[in-house]
Amino acid sequence: MDFMLDKKHEMARQLFKEFAEKEAKPLAQEVDETEQFPAETVAKMKKAGFLGIPVPKEYGGQGCDPLTYAMCVEELSKVCATTGVIVSAHTSLCCDPIMTFGTEEQKQKYLVPLAKGEKLGAFGLTEPGAGTDAQGQQTKAVLDGDEWVVNGSKCFITNGKEADVYVIFAVTGTVEKRGKKMKEISAFIVEKGTSGFTFGTKEKKMGIRGSSTYELIFTDCRIPKENLLGKQGQGFKIAMHTLDGGRIGIASQALGIAEGALERTIEYVKERKQFGRAIGAFQNTQFQLADMATKVEAAKLLVYKAAMAKATQKTYSVEAAMAKLYAAEVAMEVTTKAVQLHGGYGYTREYEVERMMRDAKITEIYEGTSEVQRMVISANLLK
Amino acid sequence: MKIVVCIKQVPDTKGGVKFNPDGTLDRAAMLTIMNPDDKAGLEAALRLKDQYGAEVTAITMGLPKAEEVLREAMAMGADKGILVTDRVLGGADTWATSQTLAGAIRNLDYDLIITGRQAIDGDTAQVGPQISEHLDIPVISYAQNIKVEGDSVIVERQYDDRYHVVKAQMPCLITALAELNEPRYMTPGGIFDAYDAEITVWGRANLIDVEDSNLGLKGSPTQIAKASDKVRKGAGEKVTLDPTESVDYIMDKLVTRHVI
Repeated sequence: MDFMLDKKHEMARQLFKEFAEKEAKPLAQEVDETEQFPAETVAKMKKAGFLGIPVPKEYGGQGCDPLTYAMCVEELSKVCATTGVIVSAHTSLCCDPIMTFGTEEQKQKYLVPLAKGEKLGAFGLTEPGAGTDAQGQQTKAVLDGDEWVVNGSKCFITNGKEADVYVIFAVTGTVEKRGKKMKEISAFIVEKGTSGFTFGTKEKKMGIRGSSTYELIFTDCRIPKENLLGKQGQGFKIAMHTLDGGRIGIASQALGIAEGALERTIEYVKERKQFGRAIGAFQNTQFQLADMATKVEAAKLLVYKAAMAKATQKTYSVEAAMAKLYAAEVAMEVTTKAVQLHGGYGYTREYEVERMMRDAKITEIYEGTSEVQRMVISANLLK
Repeated sequence: MKIVVCIKQVPDTKGGVKFNPDGTLDRAAMLTIMNPDDKAGLEAALRLKDQYGAEVTAITMGLPKAEEVLREAMAMGADKGILVTDRVLGGADTWATSQTLAGAIRNLDYDLIITGRQAIDGDTAQVGPQISEHLDIPVISYAQNIKVEGDSVIVERQYDDRYHVVKAQMPCLITALAELNEPRYMTPGGIFDAYDAEITVWGRANLIDVEDSNLGLKGSPTQIAKASDKVRKGAGEKVTLDPTESVDYIMDKLVTRHVI
């Protein structure tokens, strides 16, 4: 067992770090303040190949592994969690399901431009009445000739208005499972600009404020029959598979936020003086930092292990759930302690830890709440 | 078109500087980066590759560890990397370095050689022009813009308050300024490919038309008497005075020290 990164992963981390420091960090505060989507940074990430890291080269991607992708989201999130989630939602939630379940034609038409970064992707599963309970879906798709007619809405969609390609889910009928009538859910690829597909309200959020979170509205939206992703009725399976990968992305984001907050705090406690000494000289500060650093390291091991599991194992739901559960809770705890160690200054927008604490909270909620992760983990223990 | 780009792994000025007992830099012990002027030279070559199509070969002389800078060059888009490394080449000054690089480049087909203007560790700006002398080809230094026209290059050569437009027939050598361009980032896939690729490693035996007396520390006319890290200044003197007194205080100090 080797816990060291090899040279190519080290160099990739160096690249992500340099990019994050130079391109994303200077804009992070402004992106948060103005709720502006960082389009300029996304254009630069396209050039640098960050939008198709784990996609094979034959489909326009970089041909790297999930660990490299996880490190990219981690390094971006250290300085700007908004930028981190843009990459995560695009890659894990849109590129990945098309790569895994798409036909060759769908891959050529959608995955290639997505992986090259020419198009941005999004994922629409959540509805006002269907969050953790995916069976609560109300959006319907009915086959009419050569087209599916979609009606309904999706909410809290990351990259909402900025994306070009959306993987969405809709009820296509009913099926009987163990004597119970269940909704049959199917997945579809929808392009921006399709007639009947519009955007609702933009969410005003606590954190990751630049990430363009929108409602998607489908009113008699007609999409070609061939845009069904996977088989009819395979939607739930596709959603769960996609979220397993997505959780590794969000776990990486959470890890990055925690690391970023720890770095800022270490700098601050060396500078800030009280009672004639730097506050880092007090044992309380030292013990807090020791606990923060230990938890960050444990989170990192879980996240990297889950990323490696995605590369080598057929299923990795438990690894992904553990990584996301732990990294998200560590992000919340570490950022809260970081604000506390910054004192009154930490509560102001002048210091980045204030933003990081707000950004951290969402990692315990989206792509499966911490409670859902506990359900996944315990279900595996008790099966 | 075939372009050779000479690059150097140099100490990262953000890290500490360490010396060997003979006064030369202890490169193995320091954090390193690709020399900024060389990186601009590489970017210029890659842009010519994008525009006209070219094969770009990055070459460096250094310790085995310098292979990293070649992988970086390949992750940015260079097609090949050549590492010239040998114990007998250690401790080289600009003369011995340019002799070594010229000896290595004699093995290659090239239309254009691009080097950085100077390296941030030595700041001599001599190696590029010296290579051109050894290879008997024209040199255009301090390039701030490069264009190719037929079998010639047209270069804007930076001058104090203006620039000169210089045309030279290829093969020729250009030295590049960091201001020439904004170098691209490596790509993640480029990094993976660079680590799967073979780096060509050459030693003394591969150098063509170079005398032993022109190589390494022995072949270096420059002898370093003493080297040191930059000396940290003290905390200085702090005084708190009202504005009029402050002016008098500063004037008095400047007069005492014969500044005015």
